[in-house]
Amino acid sequence: MGVIQRIKKPTTRKGKKVLLSREPKAIEGPKQCIFLQARNPSERARKVLKDIYNLKKPDAAYLSRKNDFVPFEDTTVIEKLCYKKEAALFGVSSHSKKRPHNIVLGRTFNYNILDMIELGADNFKAMSEFHNIKVLAGTKPCLLFNGPAWVLNQELKRLKNVFTDFFYREKVETIRLQGLEHVLSFTATDDGTIYFRSYRILLKKSGQRTPRVELEEIGPSIDFKLRRTKLASDDLCIEACRIPKEVKPVAKKNKSTDAFGTKMGRIHMGKQDINRLQTRKMKGLKKSAEEKKQMHKKKKLAKKAAKQANATSA
Amino acid sequence: MDIVNEILEKEQRKTEKYKPITVEKHLELEIDVGTLLASDTNDLDLKSLRSESERDLCLQSLARDNTQLLLNKIWELPTERIDEAIVVRLPTPKTVLPRSKPVPKPKPLTKWQEFAKAKGITKTKKDKLQWDEQLQKWVPLYGFKRTAAEKQKDWLIEVPQHVDPLTDMYEKKSSEKSEKVAKNELQRLKNIARAKKVKIPRVGLPVTSDKASATQLSTAAVLAKASTASLGKFQDKLPKEKEARGKGIHELIPGKERKRRAPIPTPQVEKENNLSLIDRILNKRPKIDMDKAVSKHINEEQIQRSEEKKSMKPPKGKRKAGAQTNFSAKKPKAGKGQRNPGKKTPGRKRR
Repeated sequence: MGVIQRIKKPTTRKGKKVLLSREPKAIEGPKQCIFLQARNPSERARKVLKDIYNLKKPDAAYLSRKNDFVPFEDTTVIEKLCYKKEAALFGVSSHSKKRPHNIVLGRTFNYNILDMIELGADNFKAMSEFHNIKVLAGTKPCLLFNGPAWVLNQELKRLKNVFTDFFYREKVETIRLQGLEHVLSFTATDDGTIYFRSYRILLKKSGQRTPRVELEEIGPSIDFKLRRTKLASDDLCIEACRIPKEVKPVAKKNKSTDAFGTKMGRIHMGKQDINRLQTRKMKGLKKSAEEKKQMHKKKKLAKKAAKQANATSA
Repeated sequence: MDIVNEILEKEQRKTEKYKPITVEKHLELEIDVGTLLASDTNDLDLKSLRSESERDLCLQSLARDNTQLLLNKIWELPTERIDEAIVVRLPTPKTVLPRSKPVPKPKPLTKWQEFAKAKGITKTKKDKLQWDEQLQKWVPLYGFKRTAAEKQKDWLIEVPQHVDPLTDMYEKKSSEKSEKVAKNELQRLKNIARAKKVKIPRVGLPVTSDKASATQLSTAAVLAKASTASLGKFQDKLPKEKEARGKGIHELIPGKERKRRAPIPTPQVEKENNLSLIDRILNKRPKIDMDKAVSKHINEEQIQRSEEKKSMKPPKGKRKAGAQTNFSAKKPKAGKGQRNPGKKTPGRKRR
């Protein structure tokens, strides 16, 4: 139900704008993210979450209040907060003896949880420990997924999608060549460890048009251990990935362009009877009555001559 | 020759100074340029990954190689120049990522929107300021300083001839406005109900309070009566009971013909209709009403005859009292001998 279809109309213009921004749109902007703390977060878990938040700035919100819940059991807290903050992604940190330094990353669809993955942070080096110039906030990062495990393991396949969704910011049409500064690399091994590294791209001269790439490690360096996952059913996935008609590329049927750039089209016509084709009439070229008479006479003579010729030859 | 060799050597030295941008890999990377994504499916060097000391270096070199390949692909794209920045146009991304909200459903059009679409009416943009002839200045159509301008214009409202001289014109104006606002609100709610497929009775509004008004009750009674098997033909009426009147009640009674809403004609069809209507009116030949013409004719003849009789009476002399039966007189024929089957009057056919 849209704003215009509400029984009680919004009274203020600002309220109307807020309601309009909450409505589903054909083309969506960058997904917002919320970071919150669950039961008993440790210092390391909090720091990891804070660093991921720094990576996701400005499309993120860090909530400082401690909430007493377990994400894999009780999802209502996350869903409510996502609705309030209009966020589609979330990150939760917690700590217990069984699951030390626990981070849960996930995404929602229509304010309901779509996917959730639980990771344990083993080795962690914060951004502040790397003493160098960082990348500007808001740059679109390049994503690297190393290792055959991303393709072979079914769960990791979906996780790749989750990570891409989490970090890719938004769909852009054009990108400044100087603006490719940030790289995030995810390396997965068979025993469930994911090595997360973040680098800054330095472009050096190479003598050719394409520059030589050198990397400098800036951001957090985390060794994740994959724990539990809660992935959405295939139907829900298909429903969530549906593309609206306006965005779908239009199928071009009979059009083509030649080397010069002219648009060529093909039309299909039925069979034509050449004797009965309708051509343009030029009034000036029309035969007058006299001309017609003369033609008739000529034809007659020709016929006679042909007949005589036949008669003589026969 | 020497010069050529010298130049070639110089170039070679130059290129050797720079590090290569090509990378050797067993398997090609799957690169999705649209999302700046590169997937490397080559086997990892697990030994160096396990050792703490070599891990970071190994990962960094791996990342460097893959980033190089990704950027090589990006640099192959055509560049443009937008606002003093060199920019590449990225292709459409191949990875399908889920949306955050479902696809928006198309909203059903309101009654006015459908009509406007059928007729081809488009909105014309109005400027905020309008020239007012009376005030001789630019007056805003809405917003700031509008009411002040209206007040200036309405310092005096004349009471027209046909209206009671004691009416308060200002009150009348404000009550008309509030009626318009209420009507607009009702239509908006009707549009919403139509969009949501909520059924609303066509006659009046549904009963809001516990007690229905008199008109609502009479409508309900009419409907209840007509809901019998014989559609209310044999239902008795109370001595002083009035039939319910109003818009749309006639159609609610089952069995009576329901007037279907006529389809909105396209502009061409409407034009044709109007032109044919005008033709029909203007090309009409005067229709002759036979009955009227005949009776008029008879009347004229009778008047003539009576006048003749009046004028003929004195010269003819005295007539005998007691009229003789005129045996040569013919049987009186109605319609003067002309067959007129259409004439409904009984006529003097019988003696």
